[in-house]
Order: sequence, then C-alpha cells, then structure tokens
Amino acid sequence: MKTFKVSIVTPDGPAYESDVEMVSAKAQSGELGILPGHIPMVAPLQVGAVRLSKGAGKPDLVAISGGFLEVRPDQVTILAQAAETAENIDIARAKEAKLRAESLLSNKQDNIDFKRAELALKRAINRIDVYEGKGQ
Amino acid sequence: MASLRDIKTRITSTKKTSQITKAMEMVSASKLNRAETNAKAFVPYMEKIQEVVASIALGSKDVTHPMLVSRPVKKTGYLVITSDRGLAGAYNSSILRLVHNKIKERHTSKDEYVIIAIGRMGRDYFLNRGMNVALDIAGLPDQPSFSDIKDIATKAVNFFAEGMYDELYMYYNHFVSAIQQDVTEKKVLPLTDIASSSKLTSYEFEPAPEEIMEVLLPQYAESLIYGALLDGKASEHAARMSAMRSATDNAKELIDSLTLQYNRARQAAITQEITEIVGGVAALE
Repeated sequence: MKTFKVSIVTPDGPAYESDVEMVSAKAQSGELGILPGHIPMVAPLQVGAVRLSKGAGKPDLVAISGGFLEVRPDQVTILAQAAETAENIDIARAKEAKLRAESLLSNKQDNIDFKRAELALKRAINRIDVYEGKGQ
Repeated sequence: MASLRDIKTRITSTKKTSQITKAMEMVSASKLNRAETNAKAFVPYMEKIQEVVASIALGSKDVTHPMLVSRPVKKTGYLVITSDRGLAGAYNSSILRLVHNKIKERHTSKDEYVIIAIGRMGRDYFLNRGMNVALDIAGLPDQPSFSDIKDIATKAVNFFAEGMYDELYMYYNHFVSAIQQDVTEKKVLPLTDIASSSKLTSYEFEPAPEEIMEVLLPQYAESLIYGALLDGKASEHAARMSAMRSATDNAKELIDSLTLQYNRARQAAITQEITEIVGGVAALE
C-alpha cells in the first residue's frame, strides 16, 4: 500500500517521524482520516490520540495536546503544543495531574478556573489512555 | 609599600576568585551548548507554523481576525526577557536601559503602558522604580520547555485579545555568536508583518478559515514568545561565559603584577638585610 511521510513537531522539537499508510486524528469538527493523495488541508485538533497505521500490526499512538494538522500532497505535519508517543509518557505525572484536576473540579470554589482544570483533566486522561494503548 | 604578607594574601584570594570564575565560565559554556541545541530543535516548528499562518493570512484575503488588525493604541504592552541572576556582563542592563528609554520616550503617564517581566532582574528593576508590572515570572530553568512558559505566553496573548493593551512589544537579546548578542525589539501583536515564504500552498479548510485562525494565531504568537525566550537564554549563557572569561583573564593579569610586586618586595627585604649585616660588620672593624 502507498505510504506518506508524517511528522509531529512541537516547540520542544520533533516528537515523531515516520512513513505511514493512514493517519486518523480527532479534529474539532470530528474524527478525521487521512490517506495518501489527500488534497492540501488545515484543521485544528482536539486534545486526543493520533493513530498512525503502518499496514498490519498495531498502529502507533501519539498523545496530542492542542494544535493543528496540515496536509500536503506528499506529507502530513501535525503542529502540537505538546505531543508524546506512548513510550515517552510520564505515567506517574499524568496520573498525578489527573488527581489534581479532579480535586480542583470537585472543590466547588469560585476562584478556580474551571475551563483550565477541565482541559488539564482532558490532557491527563488522554495521556493515560495512550499509555495504556486504548484510544483505538 | 604593602608588606610581604599582605601581598601574599591578595595573591591567594585573587587565585581563588579566578578559580571560581573559571568554573563558572565552563558551566556557562556547556549550558550554552544545550541552549543552542534547544533553539535549533525549535526551528522546524517555527518555520512550519509561519508557513501555514502566512499561507492562510495571505492566501485568503477576505479572512480577518482581531490579531491581524492594527487598532488605535491607547495602551502598550512591553514583554521584557531578562535573566534571573547577574554576573552576565551587560546582558540585563542593556535591555533594561533600552526599555526604560523607550517607555520614557513614548509615554507620559503610568496608565499608557504595562510591563510583563520574564526573569527576576527585569522584574526587580521595574518594581523598584514603581513601574506598572502586570505579570512576572522568575525562576525559569536554564533549558526551559514550552510548558514552562505557556501560562504567561497565553496570558500575554489574552491580554491583547481582551483589549488590555493594543500592541505588544518584546525585548530580548538575540544570539548572534558566543561573543555577540544584540538587543532586539520585536512587535508581537498585532501580527502585521507575517513573513511570506515563496512557496504558498492553497489549503482546504476544515471547518472554516476563521475558526482555524482562532486556534492558529494565538498558538503562533505564543511560539514567537517562546522562540524569543530560547534565543534570550542562549544569549544569557553566552554573555555570562564571556563575562566570566574576561574576569578570569583580569584575575590572571592581577596575579602576575602582584607576583612581580611580591618578588620585588622580597628582594628589597633581602638586600636591606645584607646591607645591614655588611654595615654591622664594617662598624665592628
């Protein structure tokens, strides 16, 4: 099957680079699948897992926190503020962040930023899911 | 003339100082290496985001976004990147002097500007002078990651979106080489000078260009700030390295001249002793 190049870039450097057959990601308008030969496109992404399938076998999973996806005829680039492959996730930190966000959300105080806590919780859950190989 | 013991003490203490400055120079050299690597790792991200922003902003003329439009300036934001610690030569003072002069030149009252300080030296400088510091962050690591700066960058961009200020300038030391760093002023917001690359691609937008701008432009502005911070950190280490190198050199020079003085004084003492003995013997005969 035809493949194309995918690179995931973050401000801290490239996070992933490989030739794959299909990319699927969670865009803000819904689930999005890209195959080779797609027209050039730009779409913002949600916090979620990006799946990169390389034929048979399990797809690679990358946890993405905010950013967007750029499709070109021969290449797909994902620009994310943070991205981690399953083996690079600090699971202890993610679990800690999840607990912290949950306790912030359950404490119904006025002076906390609910939106931020919710986002933090989303990111933490996303990392844990990717680490455990769910999200597929 | 100083006694032999005094000179000896000064030589030892200068030697100790030069050992410390020498160590600091080497520490800064290795930090500079890492900072340069970080700045390089950031380049692909910056290039890519610039390319996409340019092709969207220039490719579809009918799309506008508050961040792209200049509005009448009632209040100006100044984002100043300095270091947390001193001993870095003119690194901090040259930035602070420039910002201070610009503010004095452009504004007459405190309500017309607001300062965002990254780094302890800048914060303390402006607070001590009673200037309007809205946000500050200190204690950033030597190799900052994007998450360290994200909070303050997002806030700085939001202040613009909320209309707290109508333009945002950024001041930092641009890293040219290990011996040269240039104080740089850069306009971050509104995004009026988007560099257009030669190869513009026309994209399909999913869902709509406006909504993509909504995500893309803040992210772009934040990464501009992060890029400046990385650049500033590299300059900081370079400035500290050369400051420490010249301190070590000066200490060496001082030790040399003190050693000369010491030897002269010692020789003078010996000569005097001999003269005294000879004089004593002559008196006996």
